[in-house]
Order: sequence, then C-alpha cells, then structure tokens
Amino acid sequence: MVGGRDFFARLRRLYLPLAVFVVLGLFPFYWMLITSIKPNRELYSQKIMPLVVHQPTLKHYVDLLTETNFLTWTYNTMLVAVVTTVISVVLGTMIAYPLARLRFPGAAVVAIGVAATYLVPQPLLFIPMADIINRLELGNTLTAVMLTYPTLLIPFSAWLLMGYFKSVPRELEEAARIDGASRWQAMTRIVLPLCTPGLLSAGIFAFTLAQNEFLYALIFLAKSEVRTVPIGVVTELIRGDVFYWGQLMAGALLGSIPVAVIYSFFVDYYVAGLTAGAVKS
Amino acid sequence: MAVGPASIARPAPVAGRPATMRGLIEREGVFSWLMLAPGVLFLLAFVAYPFFYGIFLSLEDRRVASEGVFVGLANFRTLANDAVFWQVVRNTFMYVCVTTILKLAGGLAMALVINQQFRGRNLARAFLLLPFIVPTALSTVAWMWILDPTFSVVNWLLVHGGIISSGYSWLGNASLAMWSLIVVNTWRGTPFYGITLLAGLQTISPDLYEAAAIDGASTTQRFLWVTLPVIKPVLIIVTMFSVIFTFGDFQLIYALTHGGPANATHVFSTLAFDIGMSAGQLGMGAAVALSILPALAALIVVLTIYLRRE
Repeated sequence: MVGGRDFFARLRRLYLPLAVFVVLGLFPFYWMLITSIKPNRELYSQKIMPLVVHQPTLKHYVDLLTETNFLTWTYNTMLVAVVTTVISVVLGTMIAYPLARLRFPGAAVVAIGVAATYLVPQPLLFIPMADIINRLELGNTLTAVMLTYPTLLIPFSAWLLMGYFKSVPRELEEAARIDGASRWQAMTRIVLPLCTPGLLSAGIFAFTLAQNEFLYALIFLAKSEVRTVPIGVVTELIRGDVFYWGQLMAGALLGSIPVAVIYSFFVDYYVAGLTAGAVKS
Repeated sequence: MAVGPASIARPAPVAGRPATMRGLIEREGVFSWLMLAPGVLFLLAFVAYPFFYGIFLSLEDRRVASEGVFVGLANFRTLANDAVFWQVVRNTFMYVCVTTILKLAGGLAMALVINQQFRGRNLARAFLLLPFIVPTALSTVAWMWILDPTFSVVNWLLVHGGIISSGYSWLGNASLAMWSLIVVNTWRGTPFYGITLLAGLQTISPDLYEAAAIDGASTTQRFLWVTLPVIKPVLIIVTMFSVIFTFGDFQLIYALTHGGPANATHVFSTLAFDIGMSAGQLGMGAAVALSILPALAALIVVLTIYLRRE
C-alpha cells in the first residue's frame, strides 16, 4: 500500500504544507525564546549566527523580575481577567437563558441589541468611554478596566451560550417544573449543568480575550503599579536605549505563558467557542 | 412548540396559594426580565450610552478638561479637507482588504491541510492556533524585533541567502511598513480562518466525495463543486467577522509602528487615538472614530440579515 508514489503525494499534499504552516506560525515564539536567553554580546553582534543560542543566560529574566514591575503587572492582569471573566459569564448566562428558552415581550429587540453590541468595535467607543471613566474618577484604577472589559465579553458570552441553551430538550425542564421546581431551580439544576461545556468555552474565551485587551488598558492605566502585562511590556520595557530586547522578549514570553497553559488544557473548548459563531448559527 | 409550557407553567408549583411574590417571579415574562435586567442595564450604560455620547462629542469642539462648544458638523468638514484623514481612509481599506484576502487564502489552505488524516492532527491544530490566542501586543513586540532595522533576522536570512546585498528597514520605510503590518496581521489572523473553516470542512459527509469520485470528478472539481458550496456559509460568516474586527484593529498597529513613518500606517483607530487621547481633542477624535460607521454599519447589516436567513 505505502508505495513510493503514495509517499510523495502525501509529502506534497500534507507534510510540506504542514511544515510551512508550523514553521511560519511558530517561528516568532522560537525567536522570543532564544532572544530571551541570549547574552547581549550575542544579541547585538552582526557576526554571530543568530538562529541558535551559543551561551544561554537567564540574566534577562532575573532583570525583568527584579528591576521592573513585571510581577505586579502579572498579578493585575490575572485579577482583572478572572473578575471580568466571572462577571461576563454570569451576566452572559442571565441574558442568554431567557433569549434561548423563554418567550417574553421584547425578546427580539434584546436579541438584536446584544448582537449589535457584540459587533460594535472598540475604536468607536473608547473616546467617549475615556471621558465617562474620567468623570467617574476611575482613572488609574483596575475598576476602570473591570467595568469596561465586560462590554466586550458579555455580548460574546451571551451569543455563544444561546446556542448551547437551545440544544437542551424542553422536556427535561418541563419534567422538573411539573415536579415542583421553580424556574430558577430548573435553570440552575437542569439546564446549566447540561451546558457545562458551553460555560467552559465562554469562560476560556473570555479569559484569553481579557488577557489580550490593550486599548482600554492603555487609556485607563497610566501608572506603572496598575498596568497589565501587555501595557507594561509595550510602554515600559521598550526604552530609549537600544539594548532592551532580551528583557522585552522575556517579558513577552512570560506574559504569554498563562494564556498558553490554560489554552493547552482546554483546546477543544476554545475551538468550540471559536467556531460556535461561525458554524452553529 | 408553543403547546405545553404556558399552560403547565402558569399555576405556581405550591398549589392553592394566591398570587404571591413567588408566583409573580414564576411568570415567564417577569422571570425573563428579572434575569435580563442586570446585563441589559450594564450594556445600556457602558455600550449604548458611550455610543450615543460619542456622536454628541463628535459635534462638539471638546478638549480634555474643558467644556465643549457645539459646532455642528465642523469636525467632519475639517476632516474632509484633511489630507492625512484621506490617507488614513486609504490605509485602512488597504490593510483590511489585503489582509482579508491573504487570511482567507491561507486559512483555507490550512484547513484543507489539517483536514487530512494523520497522526498528531489535534496537536498540530493546537499549535497552529497559538498565534491567535497569545496576547497580540506581546507577539507584536516579537515581530518588532524580527523586523528590527539593525538586527532583523529576516534581513540576516536574506543577506546570507544571497537574495539581497543589504538589509531593509521593514518598519522605517513608508511603503514597506504597511506590508510589514499586513504580514503580522495575516500571521495572527490566518489560524482563526483555518480552524473555523476546518470545523466547516468536518461537517462534509465523506459520501459526497465518494459520489463525486465515482462520477469521475477530479480533485479540483471536487473542491469547487463539493467543498466550496458546503462551507460557503461558514466562509462568509468568518470573513465578515474578521473584516469587522480588522476594521477596528488597534493594538497591532499601535505597538508595531504607532501609525508611522509619516502616517504611512495610520488607520482610523490609531488616528482617533492620537487626536482624541494624545492631543486631547475629544470631539475631533470622536469624529474620526465615527467616520468608519457607514462602512461598518453596511457590513453589520449584511451580516445580521445573512445570520437571520441561515
């Protein structure tokens, strides 16, 4: 079966293109890694072959953790991501459940409104939002981003969860109601447990989006102690002098790890979330 | 569908009680709105209100820390006569159009490759999606270093490969900078197309291919007449989503070029940021941001209609 011709056909149609995608896709991460462990004399020499590390060092990591606020930024990022994820999944659930399973006046308007808020891009909102946050005197507080991130995440969670909620057969809920369960009990004990994968998807997705958010954090968090990792890395680690790349790449790599780890445990849920809008609708 | 629930649900579970608080909450409409209220109020306060407030701001000459003066459409007139604004319009459309074509082509290729049977397929899928999930600002600084004027590894490879004699300034040269942004955006966004289109491909029944093969269809014919029609809805939705979000892209451009050199890579969002935040002209900044609304609204309406029809 596995003749020479088969192998070459497979090489041409599978292995070669796959290798191209993998190399192009992952090279920047490889580059982050080896830059972060190269000593400066290797980084800033045009004579030394740059594709491998000759004398690895952890100096940039030590500097990053001792000389900058990187750990504070990491703490801020995690705190904000966890709080906004919880807010968004809870409020998203509360919006999606009636829309998916109940009949009530105004449902169509709410459904269109949620879809519209999902599609309104951030650049349209950030200037008025900055003014509002200023007036509320929330500048340079994590509260500012905890209030604004859910505007991106609630519509998404609601959208995603509606698909899952619709898939639970009505009979299950009706049986529970006949047995005396209230609507709240029917929801929390029957429908939500069956939709655990959807809740996980929404949570994972919201968490990675919250870690990725940049614009609101850039505008609202101007002091180093309240910054998140992306803002801290871009605004503070890129400095006037030229020789900061080792530390910068160490920061970029460490900042990517929490998302990558969570993602690696829940790839399938993440992909389900990603494709829900496109495939299920 | 609407037979059972209403009549079964109406009496409160505790039989014989008069209209109580609980009975009221159990009513479908009341329960629904109690559930909806917190989220809907939140979205009204932090999405709808800023949106309309932005329209109001765009009609004012409003600077940070001072009261605004109503100026009607003056901000928009100023923009219409501003060469930089029109350059931003061209930049944004080029950025969105070229990246969309590249991501669509690359994503389709990626989906077709992974859709084949091979060992480690799930692992490959997980790794290929990495550029999309890692925080954009962080992967963008890696690209900044890859495209560094002096120590660019791309230049090193091209020079040592004998393709060019001296390195390019990828981000410093006005015509190259836009292409650098396009490459980075394509790198980040292709996996989104790839993975969602893969999900679309996986819904195609193998029977269809067998039937086509029996009828003597070539690989190309099978792709054109079996694959494409089936994944067309997914293809359209993914593309529309991606176009809408690419229109609003900010962090990749801000981190990589800040809109430079000489406005060559400024797009709506970075210009609005520069005017509204850095220069503190809130009214004018809001006007810049709102100028994308017509194009965007058209897209959103088309997408909404399409989603409803499906």
